[in-house]
Amino acid sequence: MGVLLVAVMLFPVYWMFNVSLTQTSDLRSDPPRLVPFGGTLDGYRAVLDQQLPALGTSLLIGFGTVLVTLAIAAPAGYALGKLRPRGSEALNFLLLVAQMIPAVVMAMGFYAVYLNLGLLNSVWGLILADSTIAVPFGVLLFTTFVRGIPDDLLKAAQIDGAGTVRTFVSIVLPLSRNSLLTVSLFAFLWAWSDFIFASTLNRTGDLIPITLSIYAFIGNNTTQWNAIMATAVVASIPAAVLLVVAQRHISAGVTAGAVKD
Amino acid sequence: MGPQSLSRRKREETRTAHDEGVTAPPSAAAPPRGDRPVVDPAPAGSTARRLDPRRLAALGFLLPLLAYLVAFYAYPLWRNIDMSLHDYNLAAFVQGNAQFVALDNFRAVLSDPTFRPALVNTVLFTVGSIAVQFTLGLALAVFFRRTFPLSAPLRAMFLVPWLLPLIVSGSTWSWMLNSDNGVVNSAMQAVGLDGVNWLTSPGTALLSVTIANIWLGVPFNLVILFAGLQNIPDELYEAAELDGASSWQQFRSITFPLLKPVSAITLLLGLIYTLKVVDIIWIMTRGGPGDSSTTFATWSYREAFGTGLPEFSPAAAVGNLLILVALVAGFVYIRLQRRREHA
Repeated sequence: MGVLLVAVMLFPVYWMFNVSLTQTSDLRSDPPRLVPFGGTLDGYRAVLDQQLPALGTSLLIGFGTVLVTLAIAAPAGYALGKLRPRGSEALNFLLLVAQMIPAVVMAMGFYAVYLNLGLLNSVWGLILADSTIAVPFGVLLFTTFVRGIPDDLLKAAQIDGAGTVRTFVSIVLPLSRNSLLTVSLFAFLWAWSDFIFASTLNRTGDLIPITLSIYAFIGNNTTQWNAIMATAVVASIPAAVLLVVAQRHISAGVTAGAVKD
Repeated sequence: MGPQSLSRRKREETRTAHDEGVTAPPSAAAPPRGDRPVVDPAPAGSTARRLDPRRLAALGFLLPLLAYLVAFYAYPLWRNIDMSLHDYNLAAFVQGNAQFVALDNFRAVLSDPTFRPALVNTVLFTVGSIAVQFTLGLALAVFFRRTFPLSAPLRAMFLVPWLLPLIVSGSTWSWMLNSDNGVVNSAMQAVGLDGVNWLTSPGTALLSVTIANIWLGVPFNLVILFAGLQNIPDELYEAAELDGASSWQQFRSITFPLLKPVSAITLLLGLIYTLKVVDIIWIMTRGGPGDSSTTFATWSYREAFGTGLPEFSPAAAVGNLLILVALVAGFVYIRLQRRREHA
């Protein structure tokens, strides 16, 4: 029963695989081929030939976004979780609301700002914009985790003469490994998957990410759906890795952050 | 379920909770919880605290975030409001001499011929998506509540739609729903039904994108509701079973009432996230044909970026209307969350 439900749910994913392996001449056969027997790797060859730069750009954007997100969110989480200056509650509230702002609104704002700054069509501009998807989530997740670290541990460090910075670097950060990992994984996945920011802030850039590349592919009214689906399969690899490596963290992330655009 | 598997599940739960600092109550965006009161009691001796070096350090750690929020949230949002109150076009952007028109853009949006269909579509898309996602998510959560061999990995597989990039899901659904070569139509023909022009006829375009969006949203509902179910003590079900209650009776008198707070939050978050949806609709239909699958969010996107001629001011006006709705929903959400914590 469970297997059946999963099969129904994941049929589109199977279909993506199936089409990615189908010969171009069989794509329009009726009835469609349900299993890719006698299939072809042409679709994947097309990916290798044409999509490597886009995949590279997406990797760069993904890693850049992770770095920006961690650099902002980790210290802030420590401050909000343990040092708790006044106004923490208000800040928490702002972060919650920030996650609810529609991406299209953010995209327009960024477009206006970037137009004046000359940051349109730049990878760095896109990294900064993409990081806004993950920063509020990251701060809230870190805050919750850091709050759970026993005070005694931090007190002991203080007694040993460690200042706040020392405590943060040598105690809080190592303890937060799992949270850091969760936030990084999500930041990477969201940046990698981003379509709205890429399609608005990077419309005519030289370096386009994989999402835009697929979109351009579809728009060309192409007959090569096997190549499109092969690209889609490759573009799904980070999601697959995430699922295998960090299944537990995903559920924790969903329930803790409950965000996706 | 035997006591052994029960205790194993509990153990797993605590481990996850410990690793992540996230305990089972599914609180979106992890607001303050548990051991601390939500609102700090007034700090004693606040003048002394102001000089405390720890407070200064706290500010130092927060500074990047504060600067970031101002630069990358407040400022773009301000520009957005600014745009909705001026008459901006690309030239005015560069020269910075857009005319102030007060609420003209909002008036223009309200009387635009797209407004009505966009409103209707937004309501249908949002309500349709949420209702079905929630129902399926709840049914699956209840189904997975009884652990069986392979239940954990199978449950994990349900996350896949949520993790895939939207362009991947969008293009896959587009091809599946393709009029001539799509697998959906050929399956329908195989059982003797006529094919449907899913994405290209005005009558079904909205339905098609709603179906795809439901598929995307089920995992989210499943995960949150499943976490909520874990908080209902097994003893209640065991007692009900001893009393001879059927599964439906158990669902109606245990699961449903005890899951209400979590359900409310799930639905509300669903509302907030569904209102924002642009990608999946834009990728599959671009809001068309005509306005037949245009929602407020895609309308805003189309005005600003979807045509060769960007109309930022009306787009910003529509966007600001969306923010307003999201803000109201956000306040309700926080209300609900607080009430849950105090209960």
